[in-house]
Amino acid sequence: MKYIYLIPVLLLVILTVGYIYKSGITGEAIKNIEDIEIKGSDTLLQLVSNMAEAYSELDPAARISVTGGGSGGGIAALINGEIDIADASRKIKESEIKQANDNGIDIWEFIIARDMLSVIVNKDNQISKLTMGEIGKIYRGEITNWKELGGKDKEITLYGRQSTSGTYAFFMEHVLEGDYSSKMRNMEGNQAILDAVRQDKSGIGYVGIGYLVDDNGKQVSGMTIIKVAKDKNSEYIYPLDKEKLFDYTISRPLYQYFAGKPVKNSAVYNFLMFELSAQGKEIVKKSGFDEIINIDNEHNEELLSKI
Amino acid sequence: MQNHRKLKEKLIEIFFSAISIIALLILIGIFVFLFITGIKTFTQISPAEFFLGTEWNPTAYGEPKWGILSLVIGTLMVTFGSLVIAIPLGLASAVYLSEIARPKIRETIKPIIEMIAGIPSVVLGLIGILFLSPLIAKVFGLSSGLNALTSSIIVGIMVLPTIISISEDVLTSLPNEFREASLALGATKWQMIRMILLPAALSGILAAMMLGLGRAVGETMAVLMVAGNSIAMPFSFFDSVRPMTANIAIEIKEVVKGSLHYEALFAIGLVLFVMTFIVNFISDIIIEKQVRKYKW
Amino acid sequence: MVNEHVKQNVYFILFRIATFLSIVVLLFILLFIFKEGVGVIDIKFLTSMWSHRDITQGGIFPAIIGTIFLAIGVSIISIPIGICTAIYLNEYAKENLLTRTIKLAIRNLAGVPSIVYGIFGLAFFVLFLKLGGSLIAASLTLGFMTLPWIITASEEALKAVPLSFREGSYALGATKWQTVRKNVLPHSFSGMLTGSILGISRAMGETAPIIMVGATFFMGYLPTSPFDKFMALPYHLFILATQHSSPYAREYALGTALVLIALIFMFNFGVFVLRYKLRRKKEW
Repeated sequence: MKYIYLIPVLLLVILTVGYIYKSGITGEAIKNIEDIEIKGSDTLLQLVSNMAEAYSELDPAARISVTGGGSGGGIAALINGEIDIADASRKIKESEIKQANDNGIDIWEFIIARDMLSVIVNKDNQISKLTMGEIGKIYRGEITNWKELGGKDKEITLYGRQSTSGTYAFFMEHVLEGDYSSKMRNMEGNQAILDAVRQDKSGIGYVGIGYLVDDNGKQVSGMTIIKVAKDKNSEYIYPLDKEKLFDYTISRPLYQYFAGKPVKNSAVYNFLMFELSAQGKEIVKKSGFDEIINIDNEHNEELLSKI
Repeated sequence: MQNHRKLKEKLIEIFFSAISIIALLILIGIFVFLFITGIKTFTQISPAEFFLGTEWNPTAYGEPKWGILSLVIGTLMVTFGSLVIAIPLGLASAVYLSEIARPKIRETIKPIIEMIAGIPSVVLGLIGILFLSPLIAKVFGLSSGLNALTSSIIVGIMVLPTIISISEDVLTSLPNEFREASLALGATKWQMIRMILLPAALSGILAAMMLGLGRAVGETMAVLMVAGNSIAMPFSFFDSVRPMTANIAIEIKEVVKGSLHYEALFAIGLVLFVMTFIVNFISDIIIEKQVRKYKW
Repeated sequence: MVNEHVKQNVYFILFRIATFLSIVVLLFILLFIFKEGVGVIDIKFLTSMWSHRDITQGGIFPAIIGTIFLAIGVSIISIPIGICTAIYLNEYAKENLLTRTIKLAIRNLAGVPSIVYGIFGLAFFVLFLKLGGSLIAASLTLGFMTLPWIITASEEALKAVPLSFREGSYALGATKWQTVRKNVLPHSFSGMLTGSILGISRAMGETAPIIMVGATFFMGYLPTSPFDKFMALPYHLFILATQHSSPYAREYALGTALVLIALIFMFNFGVFVLRYKLRRKKEW
C-alpha cells in the first residue's frame, strides 16, 4: 500500500521527461525563433491553424500560436499591442484604425481567403431559398414565424454569433442593415450554431462556408444550406456553387491585419507569403473557403509592392 | 542571551506581519483596481441607465445601449432556479448525514459529495451541452434546451455540495444535550429534528443557503455554455438568459483597453464583486453567531 | 404515536432518496464522461502535440503540461504567502475587531467569482504591467484568486489546534515562535497541506480567468519561458465543445474532460487519504 505513493511520482517523472524531450530544451540552442501571435476571427480559426501547422513543417523554428475569440477580440488585441496578426472576418473600422495609430501601431491589411457566408436551416424545414430582404427581416425580428414564408407554423429560433464576432458584425452591416432581434441566441462559435440548427427544427443560423464542408469537400449533414438571391427577381444562388461565386451576395473577404509593415524575410512576412502561395491556396480550398478573387489580389499586390 | 532571543522573536514576528501586509495589500489592491476602472463608466453613462436600462447592446447598429437589467435578471433567475433545486435536496441530505446515517456511511458519503464540488465548471457545462440541454428540449418540446432552466439545473448541481456540507456542519455542531433531552422526553427522531434541531440551526442553515447563493451568482463557464446568451429580457425559464458573469466572459475578448465598453464590463464586474462579497459577509456573521450560541 | 412514526419513516425515506440522488448525479457525471471520453484516450492522445488539420493525429500533451505549469506557478505564488499570513493572523495578531474583520473579509474574497479575478488579471498583469498573455500572468491571476482560499483553510487548520497546546508551551517558558514551530505547526500541517492542495486543484479547473490572460487553443510548441503563452486543459475542452468543427470534436472534448477530472481527482484523492491517515493519529 505504501507503494501507491510512487504512482504520482512516476507520472511526474514521465511528464518531465516528455516535456524536456518535446520542447527541445536540451536540444540545439533555439536560434532565431520569431514568435508569431495570431488571434481573432473564429471563422478563420481553422484555416489559419491549418496554415500555421503546414508552415511549421517547412520552418520548424517558427513558433506560431493561434487563438480564436472573434474578430473584435483579435483587432482589440492588435490595438493593445499584444499580438502580431489579427484574423478578421470583417473589415477593420475607421475608429479602430485610429485607435491603433494612436497607440503607435500601423495597420497593414491583407486578404487571404474568401468566404461565402451561408445561411442554414434544419433539414426538416421545407424552406430552401430566401432573398436578402427576407433574411434581413427574419434576423431583425420582423418575420417571426416560418409560415409567413410559406413554411410550417412554427416560431423561428434565431441563432447568431456574439458581438465579438466579425461574422456577427458583417452580417449585421450587409444583410440586416439594422439591429439584430434581441431574441437571437448568441452562440460562441460557428460550430455551436451548426450544432444548434441541427437539433432545432425551427432554427436558422449563419456560418462561414468552411464549417459546412468536411475534409473531402463534401457538405456536412443535418441541415439545408439556403440559396440566396439579391431580390425576388434575381437568381437564387447556392454558396457551394463554384461557378457562381461572383454573384453570391453574401460573399466577403477574410482579412489578416498586421501590426506594422511586415519586414521582408521576417517570420510574419514569410508566413504571409506562404499563405498567399499556391500551397497556401490549397489549404484555403481544403478548409472549405474560396480563393481570393481579382480585386483581392490587386489589393494585396499593391501593399506588397511597398515592402 | 535574552536580548538575542528577543530580537529573533521580534524579527520573526515582523517577517510574518510583513507577509500578511503584502497579502492584504494584494487583496485590497484587487478591489481598488477594479473600482478605479469600473467607476469611470459612470462619467459617461448615467447610473440610472446602467442599472435600470433594459437593453444591453454596446455594439448596436445605432446608438449603443448600456442597461444591465436584463443581465441582472438573468443572473437572478439562474440563481433562484439553482437554489430551488439545491436547497431541498441539500437540506434533506444534510439532515440525513448528520442525524440519521450511521457514522460509517456518513464518512463514506461526505467525501463523495465533496467530489462534486471538485468538478470544474467547464466539465459540467460540457455535460449540459451534450446531455442535459437536448434532454430538456425533448422533454418539454422546446426547440432548444439552452435556457434558464438548464442553467439552473447545472448550477444547482454545483451549489449542492456547499449547502450540504455547511448545513451538515451546523447541525453536527449542535450540542448533543439537545438530542438527548428531547428523546428522553419521548419524541421521535423526526420530531426531535423538526422541532428542536432545525429551529436551533436555522440561522446557520440560512447562512449555508446564502453561501450557495453567492456561489451561484458567480458561476461563469457552465452558464456560458448552456444559457443561450441572448440579450432579450427573459420572461420564463424556457427563455434564453444572459447572466452577468457570462456577459463579461463573452465581451471581454473584444474590448479595447480603456474604451467605454471595457470600463462598463468592469462596472459589471464590480456589481458582481459587491453582490457576492455582501452575501458572503452576512452569511459568515450569521454562522459565527450561530456557532458561538451553541458552543459551551 | 403510531402516526408520528409513520411520518418519520416517510420523511426519512425521502431524505435517504435526496442524499442518494446527490450521489447518483455525481456517479452519472463521472460515468458519462468516462464512457464517452475513454475511447479517445491512448498514448498518442496523451503524449502528442495538438494537430489542427486532423485532430485524430494529435494529442493534448501541451494542454496537460500547461495545466501542470499553472498548478506549479499558482502553488509558488499562493501557498507560502497564504500560510504565513494565516500564521500571523491566527498566532500573532491581537484578537480585536480589526483582526476579526480582516479574517472575515479574506474569507469572503474566496467567494468572489473567478471571472472578476480574471478581468483584474487582464487589466493589471497583462495590460498594465505589460506581461502580456503568458504563463506568469495567468499564474499570478490564479494565484491571487487562490490566496484567500489558502489563507482561510490554513487558518482553520491552525484554529483547530487546541489552545491548551499553546498555553502549556508558554507555561514551560517557550517563546512564541518556539511554541508555534514546535507545538502548533506540526499539528496543523496536515490541515494546511490538504487545504492548499484543494485550492490548487480548484485553480487547475478554472477556465474563465485563463481565457483572458494567455491560454491559447493551438500552439505548435511547448511553453519554455514564463512569458510564453500556453495551452490548458479546461480552455482546450471549452473550445472543443463549442467551436471546433471536426466531427470528432465531441469525443475529444470528453476525452480532455476525462483527463482533467482524473488529474483533479488524483489530487483530491491524495488529500482524502492524507486526511484519513493523519486524523487517525490525532487523539483529541
